[in-house]
Amino acid sequence: MIRLPLVLFLSAALFSTGVYGVLARRNAVLVLMSIELMLNAVNINLVAFGQALHDITGQVFALFVITVAAAEVGIGLAIVILIYRNRETINVDEVNLLKW
Amino acid sequence: MRAIADPGAFLTYSWLIAFLPAMSAVLTLFIGKRTPGKGSVYGIAAVGASLVLSLGVLWSFVEGERGFYEASLSWFQIGQLHMEVGVYVDGLTAIMVVVVTAISLCVHVYSLGYMKGDVRFTWFYVVLSLFTSAMLVVVLSNNLFQLLVGWEVMGVCSYLLIGHWWEDHVNSSSAIKAFITTRVGDVPFMFGIFILIFITGFTTSNIPEIGEIVSGGGASVGLVSAAALLLFGGTIGKSAQFPLHVWLPDAMAGPTPVSALIHAATMVAAGVYLVGRLFFVFTDADPIVLQIVGIVGGITMLGAALMAFVQDDIKRVLAYSTISQLAYMVAGMSMGPAGRTGGLFHLFTHAFFKALLFLGSGAVIHAVHTNNMSEMGGLRKKMPITFWTFLIGSLALAGVPPLAGFWSKDELLVVADHGGHQVLFVVLLLTALLTAFYMTRAVLMTFFGEFRGHGEPHEAPRTMTGVLVALATATVFVGLLGSPQLGAVFGQWVFFEELEEALFVPWIAVASTLAALLGIAAGYGLYNSYRERDPLRSLGAAYTLVSNKYYLDDIYWKGIVRPVRDDLSAGVYWFNQRILDGIVNGTATLTKTLANGVSWFDQTVIDGAVNGLANIAGFTGGLLRYIQSGNVQRYAVFLFTGVVVLAIIFTRI
Repeated sequence: MIRLPLVLFLSAALFSTGVYGVLARRNAVLVLMSIELMLNAVNINLVAFGQALHDITGQVFALFVITVAAAEVGIGLAIVILIYRNRETINVDEVNLLKW
Repeated sequence: MRAIADPGAFLTYSWLIAFLPAMSAVLTLFIGKRTPGKGSVYGIAAVGASLVLSLGVLWSFVEGERGFYEASLSWFQIGQLHMEVGVYVDGLTAIMVVVVTAISLCVHVYSLGYMKGDVRFTWFYVVLSLFTSAMLVVVLSNNLFQLLVGWEVMGVCSYLLIGHWWEDHVNSSSAIKAFITTRVGDVPFMFGIFILIFITGFTTSNIPEIGEIVSGGGASVGLVSAAALLLFGGTIGKSAQFPLHVWLPDAMAGPTPVSALIHAATMVAAGVYLVGRLFFVFTDADPIVLQIVGIVGGITMLGAALMAFVQDDIKRVLAYSTISQLAYMVAGMSMGPAGRTGGLFHLFTHAFFKALLFLGSGAVIHAVHTNNMSEMGGLRKKMPITFWTFLIGSLALAGVPPLAGFWSKDELLVVADHGGHQVLFVVLLLTALLTAFYMTRAVLMTFFGEFRGHGEPHEAPRTMTGVLVALATATVFVGLLGSPQLGAVFGQWVFFEELEEALFVPWIAVASTLAALLGIAAGYGLYNSYRERDPLRSLGAAYTLVSNKYYLDDIYWKGIVRPVRDDLSAGVYWFNQRILDGIVNGTATLTKTLANGVSWFDQTVIDGAVNGLANIAGFTGGLLRYIQSGNVQRYAVFLFTGVVVLAIIFTRI
């Protein structure tokens, strides 16, 4: 078996990368991709712990997460398309109508 | 004195004597103008009925036992002080009510003629009846508060009657002078009453009860002496003794019937009656009190008699004569119980002949339309009835036997001699001489010689002459009531604790008759040939002093009236305007300043604080709004930071 800490490191690294992407990328699609990345990292974490603790709950929860991720991305991309249609851009820095 | 065991009808109904004139006053006031005769009939009927009752009361003392009758109604009670309304009738009361009702009836009838056609005829009778009622209340009263009520009502009626013709400023000023001067005497009088009530422990003002306490030694001599002196103050005011005699001559501005009733026979006698009724206070006081009374009487007697010498107005001669005769009575009072009887007898006789003289002078004034004797003369042929009655009155006043004045003066002289009051004896005798002199002067100037006036004087109407004749008759016979030869009946009615023996001392009788005749002779000698100039003017400075009333009026005016009226009131006014109003206005200004300060504080500080708080909110908002950048990623950063912080906190805990 692969040792738990290594898998957790992997999950943490992926998660951090995702966080960086969410916070720092200008392209909205890339932000969504980063969110996917974060969700997948969490999945890895859940399965790893399920395996380590011999509990099937981890895998079940991971399935839930995948479902939610899929739905969420669908909606997210729909929103991005609409923004593009209205603003001619998907640069998140330029969508700041609620600025003071 | 003991209480009468079986009072007859007259005594039980004696309260009516004072009540009937009061009722007639009210009646005349409301329906007088509509009655035929303009309301005079009610007063005459009431006073006439009172006279009958009074004579009945006197009769019960003639036939019946000696003593007193007292009846009262309890009125109310203040704390311990018991107020009542009641009558106290003894010989003195009987005498007084007869005098008051008789003279009042004479004046009521006389005024029918004298005041005919007067502009306020009905009101005159109203106040006349009211006055009679008040005087009777004083005389019949059994307690001091009731006496005081009657006393003050008399003062008011005197004021109203003197100022009857108030359109002339002189009359209203005289009325005010009379009222205020007697008031000045009333203040010590009231304090005297208060002391007497205090002696009873503030339980009652009943006169017999006070008498029992005082005579029984229930009060210290000092307290009783103080009370006596203060009560005498009331007498000085009301009975016009020195130094409060100044109002009586000016009171002659009133109608002559008023002068006869009030200022000759009754109201001024009230002061003497007071001393007589409360004599026990005077006898139980320090002897110096009675000496002071005697001194006041003596000074007044001589001073007033001298002032009567230099008057041109016939009523003023009689006014000063009244003051002098009242002083006789006061001096008599000062000589002890025997003198009290003598003084009250003189009051009795004096009322009749002085009223006669005043009413007679009224008839003369009515005929010649002037008061001044220098414009009269030779009236004895034109007004015979008036002349003869006036002559009888003058002889009585001078003290010629067997008329009334002789007996009363003689009795006073006897008391003075037997009591060892040598000075008073001389003063009394001297004044008798002076009295005879000035009355002779008056008679000669008015009725003899040539007529110096204008117009055609005629005899007075019958209502007036009838009264004069009645009074003259009374003057002739009433003196005999006190003559020792006929048993001195008067002394059996009026006595203090025990009967006084009336003596007839021949040499004194001769001396007083000689004094009277001497005065008459002197007057005749000087005035028989009176033409224009009064012979007394030759006396120069003495004449000036006396005719200016010893400058006493000027002293009062410059020393008391003017400073109070002008300076004191101006000073008080200044104080009120500047200082008192200044304080009030200053307080208001202070409050306004304080209000301004509070307002400033409220607006600047408090509102500033509230507004400042609001401004802080706005300012903080202005700073905080920069958080909202509109950049979603920025928001996500905050979110993640918060999660991390929370994670750290929860894993540490």
